[in-house]
Amino acid sequence: MKFTCFHLMPYRPMDMTERRKHRAAWLVLPNDLYDPELGAQQYESYLDQLTSAEALGFDVIGVNEHHQTAYGMMPAPNLIASALIQRTKTIKIAVLGRALPLTNNPMYIAEEFAMLDTMSRGRMIAGFVRGIGTEYHATGINPAFSHERYQEAHDLIVAAWTKPGPFEFEGEHYNVRYVNLWPKPFQKPHPPIWVPSQGSSETVKWAAAPERKYPFLVTFSSHELVKKYLTAYRDAARGYGYEADGGQLGWAVPVYVGDTDEKAKAEAGYAIETLFNDFLATPWEMLLPPGYMSLPSMQATMRNRGALGMGKRLTADELIANGTAVIGSPKTVREQIQKMRDATGLENLVTMLQFGVLNDELTKRNMERFSAEIMPHFR
Amino acid sequence: MPPPMLSHEVRGVKTRMMRGGAGEPMVFLHGAGGMAPWGAFAETLASRFDLIMPEHPGFGGSDTPASIRNVRDMALYYLDFLDALGGPKVHLAGTSLGGWIAATLAVRNCTQLASLSLLAPAGLRVKGIPSGDNFIWNPEETARNLFHDQTFSEAMLAAQPTPDEQDLLLKNRFMATKLGWEPRWHDPALGRWLHRIKVRTLILWGAEDKLFPAAYAKPWGEGIPGARVEIIPRAGHLLHIEKAGDAADRIVSFAGGRQP
Repeated sequence: MKFTCFHLMPYRPMDMTERRKHRAAWLVLPNDLYDPELGAQQYESYLDQLTSAEALGFDVIGVNEHHQTAYGMMPAPNLIASALIQRTKTIKIAVLGRALPLTNNPMYIAEEFAMLDTMSRGRMIAGFVRGIGTEYHATGINPAFSHERYQEAHDLIVAAWTKPGPFEFEGEHYNVRYVNLWPKPFQKPHPPIWVPSQGSSETVKWAAAPERKYPFLVTFSSHELVKKYLTAYRDAARGYGYEADGGQLGWAVPVYVGDTDEKAKAEAGYAIETLFNDFLATPWEMLLPPGYMSLPSMQATMRNRGALGMGKRLTADELIANGTAVIGSPKTVREQIQKMRDATGLENLVTMLQFGVLNDELTKRNMERFSAEIMPHFR
Repeated sequence: MPPPMLSHEVRGVKTRMMRGGAGEPMVFLHGAGGMAPWGAFAETLASRFDLIMPEHPGFGGSDTPASIRNVRDMALYYLDFLDALGGPKVHLAGTSLGGWIAATLAVRNCTQLASLSLLAPAGLRVKGIPSGDNFIWNPEETARNLFHDQTFSEAMLAAQPTPDEQDLLLKNRFMATKLGWEPRWHDPALGRWLHRIKVRTLILWGAEDKLFPAAYAKPWGEGIPGARVEIIPRAGHLLHIEKAGDAADRIVSFAGGRQP
């Protein structure tokens, strides 16, 4: 099994009383709640945490992109990746991912990954995402064209990485008269592409297609949903006539390893609640702008809206019970991961070991315990 | 009595429409929420006109053709629609998104139009006077902000759409997003060409409109030569519902139509 140490870089010094007066930590949360000095301290802590992942034996460091939110301080994740390249030697660095439809010139994404890949001598993994719904409010990009723009930007970037230039790219949303990348990526044919997703069936089928076989990561979902989506990927691969490799099946999950189940919950319970309730949660008008999902998917989602329990606060107990978070003793955490591995065959585990307001000291202990008590069991 | 829902086809695009009354033809283009029910507004217009209320492509029970990606496409589709109607010149009216479509059509070609009535049309932006963001309003805010008289809001909130109706509302919302998300509810080029509208034009606006503030009426009035601007007091965005009788009377009074 491969292990990624993934980070969202939340703004931990959040005044939660103020935060809860607003409808989300995204888009509409007044930014006078942000303090630049405290922000600088967050970056320092988080870069130290991610850098330590190399010595702790992780295979990959993962960062990601979100805009106008206290949920994550990485509107430009490639800047963080660039800093990490300078602080590490061998570990892979995954940007999980860049939100392709949000840019009006995907050439920048192709260029930046090519630079990072070269500067790291081939250590980059390129995650391609669509961004979450709120980001279509933040950027003004029309969500009705989100899927189209994603596919087209993907085609442009991969062509820019692989086809001899100069050539012309003719699209609906993107038109580039001269595609001629300098520098080109270090890896041949290009950095691996991973597709983190919350499981839309369109994305699953697209990622599993034989000409792509992109590793698919299910993010922040219950045990049942992760199983469902990874099974859907496996089934899609079979539909295409091949068997998905375990490395194509990924699960992104917050994990906390404590001495005992009770201690783990006492140490991480509030932090995991802040992740889901205070940092991540948004009203559906923000989360699911029309077109972000296909119309049939959205119609099905809205019919089940009552069942999704949107709008109510989730407790640590619920998040642990349904497997959205893995929190417990080393034995419990090993069992939970093994259970998912047995159910799906996944071999790509993306752990988030700092989440919500979890402090530096507990994060360090969590990372060390995960490295010592969990990883060797799955190697 | 609402007329039956008809099926209509123009160059391979099937849409639904309602048609009732008698007189010179009037085509009414609905807003982003979808085809308006045949109520007091339609009854008043149908007492003077042959009222045609099409449902836009992409909405409700109509086809969603790949060829219609923005309001300019939609306006050209409606020129095809008018060609297919044949017959005499039509009185064209539209509310909100429908007003934007009607104005975009008229900028391109007025030769088939007898008059133009725009009810709080989308399509222009007034810098410094932001429109409301109906894409981020929750259902409660939407109902509150679309009407000045909150009894209409209460009725909207009390309505319990069936799952099938809910699906159609979502379909409408998808198409409205395609047409109006970015640039938000306007076409930066439209204001430069309003002088091309060479047909008698009425602009109606609710004084208390929270989606497109009444100040938006001014550039419309200034841009369209000879346009008549009327502001309806104590009214919100959906004039054809909240001020059904008043708005319809003003259109009749402006556009004429046969005597009852």
